[in-house]
Amino acid sequence: MLDTASPSRSAPGRKTSGPARRRRPRLGPYLLILPTLVVIALLMFWPMIQIGVMSFQKVGNRQLRGEPAEAVGTENFRTIFDDPLFWQSLKHTLLFGVVAVTLTLVLGTLVGLLLNRLGRRMSSFVAGGVMVAWATPPITAAIIFYWLFGNTGGAVNWFLDLLPDALVGDGWADYNWFASPLPTYTVLTICVVWQSFPFIAVSVLAGLRSVPGELYEAARVDGAGAWRTFWQITFPLLRPIFLVLTVLSIIWDFKVFTQLFIMAGLANRDAFNLSLYAYSEAFGGINPKLGMGSAIALVLTLLLLVVTAAYVRIMVRQGETK
Amino acid sequence: MRTRAMFNALGVLVFVLAVFPVFWMVSTAFKPNDEIFSSTPKPLPADPTVRHFDFVLNGRIAETSFWSYFGNSLLLALGTVVVSGLLAVLAATAVARFRFTFRTTFLVMLLVVQMVPLEALVIPLFLDLKRLTLLDSLVGLSIVYIGFALPFSIWMLRGFVAAVPRELEEAAAIDGAGPVRTFFTVLLPLVAPGLVATSIFSFITAWNEFIFAFTFLDDQSKYTLPIMMQYFFGRGGNEWGPIMAASTLLSLPVIVFFLLVQRRMVSGLTSGAIKG
Repeated sequence: MLDTASPSRSAPGRKTSGPARRRRPRLGPYLLILPTLVVIALLMFWPMIQIGVMSFQKVGNRQLRGEPAEAVGTENFRTIFDDPLFWQSLKHTLLFGVVAVTLTLVLGTLVGLLLNRLGRRMSSFVAGGVMVAWATPPITAAIIFYWLFGNTGGAVNWFLDLLPDALVGDGWADYNWFASPLPTYTVLTICVVWQSFPFIAVSVLAGLRSVPGELYEAARVDGAGAWRTFWQITFPLLRPIFLVLTVLSIIWDFKVFTQLFIMAGLANRDAFNLSLYAYSEAFGGINPKLGMGSAIALVLTLLLLVVTAAYVRIMVRQGETK
Repeated sequence: MRTRAMFNALGVLVFVLAVFPVFWMVSTAFKPNDEIFSSTPKPLPADPTVRHFDFVLNGRIAETSFWSYFGNSLLLALGTVVVSGLLAVLAATAVARFRFTFRTTFLVMLLVVQMVPLEALVIPLFLDLKRLTLLDSLVGLSIVYIGFALPFSIWMLRGFVAAVPRELEEAAAIDGAGPVRTFFTVLLPLVAPGLVATSIFSFITAWNEFIFAFTFLDDQSKYTLPIMMQYFFGRGGNEWGPIMAASTLLSLPVIVFFLLVQRRMVSGLTSGAIKG
């Protein structure tokens, strides 16, 4: 539907003649993409190479003053692999990623299915509300959730304290959510899922609207329930969408930074994930260790690269780069 | 009929849960302090006040006025919008209108760079900008933001360019207009709505960005709104009234803009998948 270039491109006779085509200089398209290439090369590719180079170097205060970097071989990697903090950060990254992605996808799909079942006006009303969650800037979202889960005047503790003790236990009024990693990550997960499920919901809704109604009609006549209809019709048809959404969610959630930076901060090393660990090594102390930071960033990037490769393969196979 | 009522009730529940945090932010911003710290919080302020907004807008935050942070954020966002919009139009035209060697490579590259973890790039870009003495500078920061906004802007715009019927350009060419003139008089006006959508996207990218601004900027007079938020919050985190008032001021433009372009953003991100 968006690839509107293809109909005119495949129109018969277009390729051989056509006045506009012949008039265009061959250099044209290259000149048009040149500025973009320069920007991307300087701001994305070159820094990526630098990360690779610096992870084998010592880059600290002296280098910031202009001295050349010192090659240290694989020392940075040996240091981080020996550091329990690295393994803990990796564990946090993976666990948080898996939980947040799963919850986001399940919740987003359910809301997408719900939006599809609602009447038109109700559907756009609910979708509008869901958008508000998506639109909130990450830094404000983190601060709002910190406030909601705070222990002086926080709405969540007040609410949990109100519920019967048999259900949720007691002592919620003064509970500090940000004292240890597990509760901190619980709040972080809720915050991130709240911000990311709308995208899934809206995409699933867009996909559902493209499924011909006759299929569901037929399923109903055959007496299929909601569960079977989803797995036999909806899921197979929307498989490509789910693939893309899963990959995008993984990439977004694995590198979460701003929200955790607000909720845990650089002082709370127990709660680090890989992004925060890399940042803290590079900029956290009075002795910046940019080489170490690069080594950690490289590990994170390689993790995401595997997922990115999957994403690009899906997009190419679906003809998006035609 | 019963199931319909049930779905509607579920819809209302989803709406309430989705909007609640933002509602709570705005409501807190209008509450006097004793209501904010009350042990029995109420959804709406009993005695609404604009004191916190007054404090944020007219007071001094870290010896700087709100309007300085606001001005810097606005300047950065507008700079990013103008430059990335211009570059995106050029590249999108190339991709949507020409077949050329490396076209597919270019498109794949656009996909790949959108996946690069920007958080990882803080370290090398910090050193690069330091070398260029662009570290503590809004110009340096906006160059970085242009790089972040550009790939997605091109991806989104190429659909708009491709949607313009080629015949219109051919007609202009027959009338004797050169490629440059055709571009400005035919293509650009027709792509304008798409350009608005991508501009809003770039605006939000720059307006919301936190880590790079936080790491690169040193001089308080150059701080942006997200840094102001962090500063406020980091000071012991007890001034919830002003913090929520400032959050409201930071978020509202983004939320409004976002609601305007969300349809386009979704199709830009998952386009291929929806073709069915």
